[in-house]
Amino acid sequence: MTDQARIRNFSIIAHIDHGKSTLADRLLELTGAVTAREMREQLLDSMDLERERGITIKAQTVRLEYTASDGQDYVLNLIDTPGHVDFSYEVSRSLAACEGALLLVDAVQGVQAQTLANSYLAIDAGLEVIPAINKIDLPAANPDEAAEEVNGIIGGSPNDILRISAKTGEGIAQLLETLVKEVPAPTGDPNAPLRALVFDSYFDAYRGVVCYVRIIDGRLDSGEELRFMATNEVHEADEIGFLRPKAQPVASMGPGEVGYLITGVKEIDRIKVGETVTSATRPASDPLPGYDEPKPMVFSGLFPTDGDDFEKLREALEKLRLNDASLAWEPETSKALGFGFRCGFLGLLHMEIVRERLEREYDLDLVATAPSVAYRVTLIDGEVRELRSPQDLPEPNDRQSIAEPYVKAMILAPSEYVGPIMELATARRATVGNMNYLSPERVELDFEVPLAEIVFDFFDLLKSRTKGYASLDYEPAGYRRADLVKVDILLNGLPVDAFSAIVHRDNAQEYGKKMTARLRELIPRQLFDVPIQAAIGGRIISRETVRAKRKDVTAKCYGGDISRKKKLLQRQKEGKKRMKMVGSVEVPQEAFVAALKVDDEL
Amino acid sequence: MRPSDADGFAESAAAYVHIPFCSSVCPYCDFAVVAGRDDIAARYVAAVRAEIATSERWRALDAVYFGGGTPSHVDPRLLESILEALDGRHGIAARAEISLEANPEDFVADLARDLRSAGFNRISFGAQSFDTGVLSSLGRRHGPEDIAASVAATRTAGFDDVSVDLIYGTPGETDHSWERSLRFAVDQDITHMSCYALTVERGTPLGRAVAAGAPGPDPDVQADRYDLANRVLESAGLERYEVSNWSRRGYECRYNMVVWAQGEYEAYGNGAHGFREGVRFRNHRRLDAYVDRIEAGVSPRAGEDEVSGWDAELDRLFVGLRRSAGVLTGPGTDALLASEDGKSLVEAGVLSMVDERLTVRKPLFTDAVHRSVLDLTPLSS
Repeated sequence: MTDQARIRNFSIIAHIDHGKSTLADRLLELTGAVTAREMREQLLDSMDLERERGITIKAQTVRLEYTASDGQDYVLNLIDTPGHVDFSYEVSRSLAACEGALLLVDAVQGVQAQTLANSYLAIDAGLEVIPAINKIDLPAANPDEAAEEVNGIIGGSPNDILRISAKTGEGIAQLLETLVKEVPAPTGDPNAPLRALVFDSYFDAYRGVVCYVRIIDGRLDSGEELRFMATNEVHEADEIGFLRPKAQPVASMGPGEVGYLITGVKEIDRIKVGETVTSATRPASDPLPGYDEPKPMVFSGLFPTDGDDFEKLREALEKLRLNDASLAWEPETSKALGFGFRCGFLGLLHMEIVRERLEREYDLDLVATAPSVAYRVTLIDGEVRELRSPQDLPEPNDRQSIAEPYVKAMILAPSEYVGPIMELATARRATVGNMNYLSPERVELDFEVPLAEIVFDFFDLLKSRTKGYASLDYEPAGYRRADLVKVDILLNGLPVDAFSAIVHRDNAQEYGKKMTARLRELIPRQLFDVPIQAAIGGRIISRETVRAKRKDVTAKCYGGDISRKKKLLQRQKEGKKRMKMVGSVEVPQEAFVAALKVDDEL
Repeated sequence: MRPSDADGFAESAAAYVHIPFCSSVCPYCDFAVVAGRDDIAARYVAAVRAEIATSERWRALDAVYFGGGTPSHVDPRLLESILEALDGRHGIAARAEISLEANPEDFVADLARDLRSAGFNRISFGAQSFDTGVLSSLGRRHGPEDIAASVAATRTAGFDDVSVDLIYGTPGETDHSWERSLRFAVDQDITHMSCYALTVERGTPLGRAVAAGAPGPDPDVQADRYDLANRVLESAGLERYEVSNWSRRGYECRYNMVVWAQGEYEAYGNGAHGFREGVRFRNHRRLDAYVDRIEAGVSPRAGEDEVSGWDAELDRLFVGLRRSAGVLTGPGTDALLASEDGKSLVEAGVLSMVDERLTVRKPLFTDAVHRSVLDLTPLSS
């Protein structure tokens, strides 16, 4: 067991691409946790998708050993955190296991909304925040300005802020010294009953559920009977150990230490993240605070293109859930798309990642419907019902009102873009709150906006209006009543449930026009005319027609052409297989999402 | 013997001979053609004769078709030597159709006479249009008057069976100019016509131009022009017997009828495709590769596919459904009519059963029918 005075537990807070994973790589190298031979880029990002997209999705943790300039050996536990808004709940978990946080800011891009939000989380959690300006080796670096912005958040003097390059290694030695000096040592009670926090978990096909734990008080011994306080289940500690970064079993862990715990439990649902682990024979009286469970915010229907793949999709979702407890779903039946699942996601990136993994890792061909949010409908009799799919909306006569979820959104951008941002926000029914200048060049804008208005393309539009400089963060802000209606889309006279959407009455006409026009472009000409209509209730609000195809024939087909012609037709046929039959109309899969994508209009 | 889709033709023996030489290559053409290689023509013809001489002996040919390229661009004596080789190897039946593709560009009376005495009895002119503007945008070097003179020359030389090819839907063409072309063609008192929609093929100069933004043919306009062709030609006594082919009764191109009836045909020359004894085969497409192989005593085959059983049945539909007469019912048509695609094609009036034959009533949707045929599986009995 390590003396608590020699332990430093810290996270790194950084925006995507600000160099967190590179810094982690450098720390691993410098402390000798991995040899140069084992080194590969973004060592802690183990998923293919993480490495490919350069982002961290799952939190990771590693134990580093470091001999400081005072001659003492220290244990540094680095608990890596995800950088994207969708995964902020994972950040809170990681922070709860730490005493310090390293705030890493890109010297070119400066502070971003996500960094700001996570810094507030760290400060609120009582962590010592150590800022560092990264990428000072880049020609466009402006460390002074970045330092000034950081100052605007946490105070102090800009000159004290570390300036480093995770890429070249410059300043890393000093960074390690600062961590040892500034991050407080843990102060757990070694004699109290065991209390360990499960701050993350993952499923391993051979070992079952592997928990990441931080010992708060007492000690954890291998082979000990443990009580999980939230579920009140007792499991034996089959194996405990450190991550260096390879698993290294140990006999016991003392207060302040971070490592893994394997109990033989196979179902990830049985061990909640945020759980407090104590001794079964000498239990603690109170559990640790724990966390709120992440709630899905965005919903989308996932349907296999080939109806026979429904079971395969269910199995794939179940497998994904083994490592992603935030993924929720229920079966959904669509007249247009057949059997599928209504899935709940933490946000848009989460949705995109899940879909990509399903298609790539599980070889599924999917149709995804446009994302929507969870509405609350108050029925005539006062019952409040939550609906996750527009098609479930009760008829106007059966309901009193509809409420929609709002979020508090924070946008951080160079001050010159305030105008375009306000314009966009207003068009999306946002109410503008505070404006905060972090520095003369950078401003923080606070909004309250319906979640439905930002789930689809808001972030893309924001980026394009600010040349990519704006960043966005948001948190739930309750429900509000609104004058909402359901717009249905009819193809060839038949309503297509997958195209139904709930929109504000003021925008319904515009929405209907845009959808029918867009679908006319997306739906290929068929053997017959295909009318496309938008309707509210029984009232048609707009109409377009895809004219019947007139010609579908190859001019010449003689002896020489037969094989070639067949190949050509086969290719066309493959293209058609990627279409979904809706009634008698062939609809390309992309249409289900693309129809809602507007060009850079409001 | 089971009744065949095109009585008589399925049992006929046919041969295709490819002549790749042209005076210039048209911008829309993606056949195996060369321009400016006349120097190699004699060697090429010798190679074709060698290929014929080593091919497996067959029965006397009922139809021989010289396609290209521009066969009329080559010395008629060379062409005659190929006919001699065919006759020597397989025999040519007494009343065989011996057809040759010709370009009106340099088709003079002497050439017509020489071809006739060489043994050819059918000429098919690549006329393309009678509209000067359309001809020039198609890269053709002849004028409308050359077509009339060429057809007249064949008549004088004693050809009874003369065909004219036209292309429609070229940007710049109008309904009016297309109708004039059709009427001009009909006025030449021809026995056969082919009308092809201008098709943009990748890798051709036209394909590159269209990819770069030049106007391409409009499919809706082409559909109108096709309907117009049907009206004008039918009223002139030319009956449509395949998607793009019309003729006076009894003047259907026999060689093509063999192909569409799933009959057997030999094929000689570069890029030529044939079908014999259940095997589809194709020769190397590049002229030099073909000649070099023959001269080195190596087979010019670039590939073969065996077609039997269910595949052969689907091929029967594939080639036969392009014909106006359609195909006889069989396991393939049963499967097609039972399929979802097949049902919707019947519902849309594209497919229909006429006198125990399945026919495509809307020829402009033949590819939609073909796509439905591709993956059919036999109905379980």
